[in-house]
Amino acid sequence: MSQLSITLLRMGFLVLLWTLVLSAIAVLRADLYGTRITARGRGRESRRDAEARAEKTASPSRAATGIRTGSISTREPSAAHLAVTSGPLKGTTIPLGAAPVLVGRASTCTLVIDDDYCSAKHCRIYLEGDRWMVEDLGSTNGTYLGNQRVTDPVPFRAGDVVRIGATALELRA
Amino acid sequence: MATVTDVKVRTGRRSELGLLGLAVGLAVLARGLVDYHADFLELDELAIYAAGWTAVALLIHLAIRRWAPFADPVLVPAVLGLNGIGLAMIRRMDFAYAARGRDTDFGEVQIAWTLLGVALAMLVILLLRDYRLLRRFTYTAGVLGLIGLLLPLVPGLGTEINGARIWISVFGRSLQPAEFAKIAFVIFFAGFLVTNRDTLALAGPKVLGMRFPRPRDMGPLALVWVAAMLVQIYERDLGTSLLLFGIFVAMLYVATERLSWVIVGLGMFATGAVLAGALFSHVASRYTAWLHALDAEVYRSGTSEQLVRGLFGMASGGLFGTGLGEGRPDLVPYAESDFIVASIGEELGLTGLMAILTLYVIIVQRAMRTAIGTRHGFGKLLAAGLGFAIALQVFIVVGGVTRVIPLTGLTTPFLAYGGSSMLANWIVIGLLLRLSDQARRPEEVTP
Repeated sequence: MSQLSITLLRMGFLVLLWTLVLSAIAVLRADLYGTRITARGRGRESRRDAEARAEKTASPSRAATGIRTGSISTREPSAAHLAVTSGPLKGTTIPLGAAPVLVGRASTCTLVIDDDYCSAKHCRIYLEGDRWMVEDLGSTNGTYLGNQRVTDPVPFRAGDVVRIGATALELRA
Repeated sequence: MATVTDVKVRTGRRSELGLLGLAVGLAVLARGLVDYHADFLELDELAIYAAGWTAVALLIHLAIRRWAPFADPVLVPAVLGLNGIGLAMIRRMDFAYAARGRDTDFGEVQIAWTLLGVALAMLVILLLRDYRLLRRFTYTAGVLGLIGLLLPLVPGLGTEINGARIWISVFGRSLQPAEFAKIAFVIFFAGFLVTNRDTLALAGPKVLGMRFPRPRDMGPLALVWVAAMLVQIYERDLGTSLLLFGIFVAMLYVATERLSWVIVGLGMFATGAVLAGALFSHVASRYTAWLHALDAEVYRSGTSEQLVRGLFGMASGGLFGTGLGEGRPDLVPYAESDFIVASIGEELGLTGLMAILTLYVIIVQRAMRTAIGTRHGFGKLLAAGLGFAIALQVFIVVGGVTRVIPLTGLTTPFLAYGGSSMLANWIVIGLLLRLSDQARRPEEVTP
């Protein structure tokens, strides 16, 4: 073999070595597993500050991140959305699309409520035709529409309030 | 408030197959280069070697698919890459020694050890279906570890080589039981700490904002310290005593999250190091060789000769190395075992050595990631302990060879010539595969 090809092989070996290293790292980069935690606003203390500040500046709407926190926007959104009006998640809004919204304590739910009176999969809010329906998923402490305990799916109209433990959800058109 | 969403686990078996292909290519190319420069290249033989490596890699891959389908995808390729380079380097030393009239068969022997090691690792994932089983053997492992550590002191069984009494001869082969004792101790520490972590973490006086442990809770730490010191005194094995003590302190820190343990541990280590330096001449000479390596007198007396030759070897390698088979690593004594890092530094250069170190970093990182992902306290400590053991061992060896710390005799995992080290480290990989398999396996969904 010529000197040139030997040198090329020598360098090729180093290149191959680094290819192994870098592709191993590339595999690691795609290897995230477990759970991902997405911050949904700040802690309760700072939220109170933020609310106070929002009242002063009177421009509470945040960037359109889908789920919004803080004080409820007074502007009329184009799509229907679900607003949490009381409970630990007060101030959260969820835009409603065609997909059903699952409410409960389990991490897989769309709206995760950390409340002892809330079941893992508590209730479901979904679109049937052009009406929104709310359905209890066999929760222990019940889902209340107004003062009525929900058993079978019932229509959920704009302005209605659904109560789950200490949390109240309001549908806004 | 935060939303917690599950991220789907990717088993990564296909990526593993691709990486294994790279690792096999690396091993075969390394051997080809070595053979070529020794004028020994026969393509038939190289083809057989390549087929053998491919078969081993495929068998490992299939075994993992069968018995540990969620195991970490980069562990085995990284290890096989290191192992392949090590085998080529050791074979290269055989040729170099042969040229000087010394007949050795390190290369062939090491291939046999590698195959045995792979088989052991696969046996671990086949037989150990749940790592939590090991917790039942906490104290058994502790006793086994101690016995392993003390075996070389048994007259008739233990053999003394180069002033260190760390080998036992079994079936005409010398084994280092300390390598296996390391695994037993990690299991023991994990089992012990998972039971006692609360007392060790929470009780004790507070000094300078740090909670220090109560004297009576220091018992285990003191015991391990004494054991490490005894090993050092009677077996003259600095590396193992440093490794054991380091593993224990690190696992104590992982278990309790108390920085005070690290400070206490480092204090005890410093005391031990100074005491040993003052009391024992063999330790003192290591310190001299480290601090005054390039003094003409120290070099001429032979104390720092090996170290300095290794340094010059690495320096002549430069950035890209002399090329596999083209340097003179055989000028360093023990270039195939203790100083294989210097040999690699000479022939693959800084670029190659950095890649090798990065492979170790990847292995250790996977162990730590497994520790984070594992849901069980014992598994967390076990994975972190095994990972840290590899990291510390590499640091002690590479640090010693590159004159960052005093030189102590330990083997470079997967690279250096030595059967016990190869077998023990493959067992560690088997355990890590099992741990990562259980850490990454999605939980059965309960409604």
